[in-house]
Amino acid sequence: MANFTSNLKKTLYIFTFFLLVFGTTSAWAKTITVCSTCAVKTIKEGVAQASDGDTVLVKKGIYKEVNIIIDKSIILLGENLPTIDGEDRGEIIKIVSDNVTVDGFKIINVGTSYTADYAAVRVIKKDGYLIQNLELEKLFFGIYLEKSNNGKVLNNKIKGDAVNEYNSGNGIQLWYCKGVEVRGNNVQKVRDGIYLEFSDNIIIRQNISRNNLRYGLHFMFSNHNVYDYNIFENNGAGVAVMFSKFVDMNHNVFKKNWGTAAFGLLLKEINDAKINDNVFQENTVGINIEGSNRIEYSNNDFISNGWAIKVRGACYTNAFKNNNFLYNSFDISYNGGLNDNVFNSNYWSNYAGYDLDKNGIGDVPYRPVKLFSYIVNRTPETIILLRSLFIDIIDFSEKVSPVFTPDDLLDENPKMKTINHDRS
Amino acid sequence: MLKILKYSFYDLMRSRWSYVYFLFYLLLGVVLLFLNNDLSKAVITLMNVIIILVPLIGTIFGVMYYYNSREFTELLLAQPVKRSSIFLGQYFGVATSLSMSLVIGLGVPFIFYGIFNSSAIWDFSLLLVTGAFLTFIFTALAFVIALSNENRIKGFGYAILLWLFMAVIYDGIFLMSLLYFEDYPLDKFSLLATMLNPVDLSRVLILLKLDISALLGYTGAVFQKFFGTNFGLLLSSAMLIVWVLVPTFFIWRIAKRKDF
Repeated sequence: MANFTSNLKKTLYIFTFFLLVFGTTSAWAKTITVCSTCAVKTIKEGVAQASDGDTVLVKKGIYKEVNIIIDKSIILLGENLPTIDGEDRGEIIKIVSDNVTVDGFKIINVGTSYTADYAAVRVIKKDGYLIQNLELEKLFFGIYLEKSNNGKVLNNKIKGDAVNEYNSGNGIQLWYCKGVEVRGNNVQKVRDGIYLEFSDNIIIRQNISRNNLRYGLHFMFSNHNVYDYNIFENNGAGVAVMFSKFVDMNHNVFKKNWGTAAFGLLLKEINDAKINDNVFQENTVGINIEGSNRIEYSNNDFISNGWAIKVRGACYTNAFKNNNFLYNSFDISYNGGLNDNVFNSNYWSNYAGYDLDKNGIGDVPYRPVKLFSYIVNRTPETIILLRSLFIDIIDFSEKVSPVFTPDDLLDENPKMKTINHDRS
Repeated sequence: MLKILKYSFYDLMRSRWSYVYFLFYLLLGVVLLFLNNDLSKAVITLMNVIIILVPLIGTIFGVMYYYNSREFTELLLAQPVKRSSIFLGQYFGVATSLSMSLVIGLGVPFIFYGIFNSSAIWDFSLLLVTGAFLTFIFTALAFVIALSNENRIKGFGYAILLWLFMAVIYDGIFLMSLLYFEDYPLDKFSLLATMLNPVDLSRVLILLKLDISALLGYTGAVFQKFFGTNFGLLLSSAMLIVWVLVPTFFIWRIAKRKDF
């Protein structure tokens, strides 16, 4: 099936390619070919000769150029992945016109600077761009969109070599952008894989972001966004979503974010979000929630995390429904004795109740917060006593008569069997 | 010594208790795997069984065996055999047969379940190795207690108390002291306190495999080094060996001086 889709995709690409090349040439625009043996030898020259609607076709080869400024609505097309080598001298492609397409290049050696954010491709205040099939290596910033709306960033491969946070940049950065689609990109080893600030109505779909220094995805002040079907793996601190409203996070995978301050997903000041059908696996903390209200968590899987969910302060009217909590060291950790969140119809692998009427729902409510998680919050070194018999005894006595944990924090209808989520 | 070891071993192999012990583990393994059908959950339950039950059985069985075979021991003492070989032979006989019951009893159902094709094979072998170590440690401690107490009731009492202390009370005191001194840096202390109790030590060794993501959540260089690298695994294993050697040395010393 996957093979078929990829074949289909390939055919589509080739089709679009031909359509673009022949469609434009035959109808009204011309194609300017750039190669080492052609009349036009550099990309800059090619862009200079082109006018709106033209295609600049770059053949395979290595082009040592920086500061290629695209100020016309053209298609800059690479054939067989030509390489643009910036030789660490600064920014490489700068788009300052509407409706520009950049397709099929390998861009390497973007200059690193402590005063300017050099990017492999930058779009400044222009709309309708399409940036696709690029391979970026040895970069500072990858694709940098500023105040540019309604564009697409598709199927790019970004592979950085970031070591320190202070002298590395982000893979894909959006700053004051609206209506952008970021899809099918693969970002590795940069500071933040995908970074959004003040950007609304963005779709982030089917991206893979792994081994990044800080966050796989970083979101600030960005409302009405959707991110789904992404994979975030082994990032320094996972995914951070902050100060945003109406965000939909569905069908993502958050995996193996380990470390002292690592989270699968960090929510800070998030309101009215939907977090459904995600998988959180082997993270130190699955979701860390702080000051977030009216969020719906359903059909998620929390598997083998240190803490599945860590609720800090000021979280109200959140609903956790139909989730699977499997073999987490702690299911929920809570601060304080007040609870305004609802847990209902989840499956908890630690549940030890019975189901006499055989309706698939446990007859005794489940208390997901253990006394021990309070103790660990207070004195973190006590984590070394995890799963000790003494701890089990005090947890049991707390379960029987809650003193420290909120006594209304319970799942009234715990499921007896793992909930099957359709993840096709 | 080997002859006595062999004798003790065969004697125990023929005894009812070994079979009961073996069957218990067999049954436990079968129930956990085939009624539960979930390997991760089974390994967690198994861990609880191993760190609680194995020391208990090791202690009780060790004390029991020593007191029951006392007459035979006295007979042996009249022969020209070295004392240390008599007692060490008996000790190794008991400990080996107990470990074998454990390893085979739990191993068989897991092999039938297909552990070799599963990624949990390392967790599982670690569990069995730790279980075997705990058997050796607690049987040795039981022999030390039995050798130092002529009175059977007293011996049993001390043995049970030892188990209760190691399995429950120690952790209680440990937790209380951590909470009481919470203003101080405690990571070195808590690792040291763990090393001093074989039950905690084996628990941490298993945690390194099972709950590593939670353990890495704590900020502290010492913990990071211990849990984040192989250092923790090596140090814990080395400490377990020390825990076998020290009581064995005591058996040897007490046996040499004891008056019969």
